[in-house]
Amino acid sequence: MGIPQELATRSPVQRLTAALPDAIVEAVEFRSELTVRVEPAHSRAALEFLKNDPELRFNVLSDLTAVDRYPLEPRFEIVYQLLALKRGERLRLKARLPGDDPRIDSITFLWPAANMLEREVFDLFGVHFAGHPNLRRLMMPEDWEGHPLRKDYPVEGYR
Amino acid sequence: MVEPIAPPPVSAETMTLNMGPQHPSTHGVLRLILELDGETILRATPDIGFLHTGIEKNAEKLYYSQVIPLTDRIDYLAPLSNNLVFCLAVEKLLKLQIPPRAQWIRVLLTELSRINNHLVWLGTTALEIGAMSVFLYCFREREEVLKIFELCSGQRMMCSYFRIGGLAVEPPLDFYSRVDGFLKMMPARIDDYEDLLTENRIWLGRTKGVGVLSLDDALAYSITGPNLRASGLAYDLRKECPYSGYENFTFDVPSRSEGDCYARYSVRIEELRQSLRIVRQALDGLPEGPIQADAPGVVLPDRDKMKAEMEALIYHFKLVVDGFAPPAGEVYFPIESPKGELGCYLVSDGGPRPWRMRWRGPSLFNVQLLAKLLPGHLLADAVAITASVDFVLGEVDR
Repeated sequence: MGIPQELATRSPVQRLTAALPDAIVEAVEFRSELTVRVEPAHSRAALEFLKNDPELRFNVLSDLTAVDRYPLEPRFEIVYQLLALKRGERLRLKARLPGDDPRIDSITFLWPAANMLEREVFDLFGVHFAGHPNLRRLMMPEDWEGHPLRKDYPVEGYR
Repeated sequence: MVEPIAPPPVSAETMTLNMGPQHPSTHGVLRLILELDGETILRATPDIGFLHTGIEKNAEKLYYSQVIPLTDRIDYLAPLSNNLVFCLAVEKLLKLQIPPRAQWIRVLLTELSRINNHLVWLGTTALEIGAMSVFLYCFREREEVLKIFELCSGQRMMCSYFRIGGLAVEPPLDFYSRVDGFLKMMPARIDDYEDLLTENRIWLGRTKGVGVLSLDDALAYSITGPNLRASGLAYDLRKECPYSGYENFTFDVPSRSEGDCYARYSVRIEELRQSLRIVRQALDGLPEGPIQADAPGVVLPDRDKMKAEMEALIYHFKLVVDGFAPPAGEVYFPIESPKGELGCYLVSDGGPRPWRMRWRGPSLFNVQLLAKLLPGHLLADAVAITASVDFVLGEVDR
């Protein structure tokens, strides 16, 4: 937990801490991939900062997805894969959400690409994105019950 | 009560038209809900999910090595790119070194699958715009690529030829002469396609200035691959962060600045030639050596050893029955698939099955882009634009 000494000096961590002091919960490096976990309340501000900061310029949202950590709490982890195109640098930003009524701010206003990605997470994990213009199921039929990528959803489906 | 998918019409004068799910130009089951004013598209809403097979969910209950055949079925026009990205992601989790010979053959075959993908793209796009013969020519050459795939893997399309740690088997001896023959034949064939299309007035009329994608929009919509390069940015992951030994090959990254359907066409034609260059280098410089990493806990033991040594037999049994368990952690591995950035995000909890596998395919982003590109165009251009962005519904819906 927290920010290890050797990661605190990395420019994304350093600049994000300076701009939003309470945002970062944890920073991890695994297989030379940097992951920063933020408070869900700050996720939107953090992403906006990472995208627009003149030094960082993580201008491409490579991917947005979720991981179900069931039965751990907070259960859902929203994962943003960011790419700074000029430097080819990648950063993974995460936010953990509780199992009952998981919700987080939508980032469609930052990246229109997030539109379908957030719909997919809403559909398959049941995470609500506040401020999404058209939050409805994407993969499953509109009247489907349950969220298939949740760990408590059987692989064979409900019978 | 289920709400309608498309938003309410702009005015009573407009018409809503369903293009798909069964429309020949959608290459699968994509439904585009178009709102038309006369022949002009006012709004386009892609509706996807008809081919959703839950591959990400299925992967969670399989051992890592059992996931490889599932990946073929995602983008079935470039199965070996899918095999490659999954193997590379697991190998990164395991910190596995792959012998050069296996890397070279992987590069050779993934470049052939890029050629395969672009040939299907070119053929079907030309067919949609009305050039029937290009389609037939492209599929004739594509068949040669599929025969090469069949030669080494036994399957034309669902190859599953790469393994975690290397390759399934050594390619057969006539593989090299077949690839060589293909490389000798292909440049003239690409010239043939260009003769038919590049200066063809109908082709120019249907593609030039149609479906213009600006660089800013491309980045905002996370567009990658040939579509991004046709919008003016020569960004290619094979150059930017080389994987599987791509740093050893010389090739150019073609780009155009116009961002229209014609630019997307010329970028892909040039990529065909560059891929041939890479395949030639891989074939001529193919190093000798093993085709699998020296990792007894991950790679199945040699068949001959297995019949002679008890140890090898035990390893084989353990690997098949229990799988192997990479350390807990997570990796995101992006590669340059024929359609763009193909990323595999793996979360491991330290068990023998992936806790989560996320497939970041470029096709979903390309479909999403249609809502941006189509409005303002004529209905007939919808077909040309849809074809030009290149997606495969297996990868969109997974």
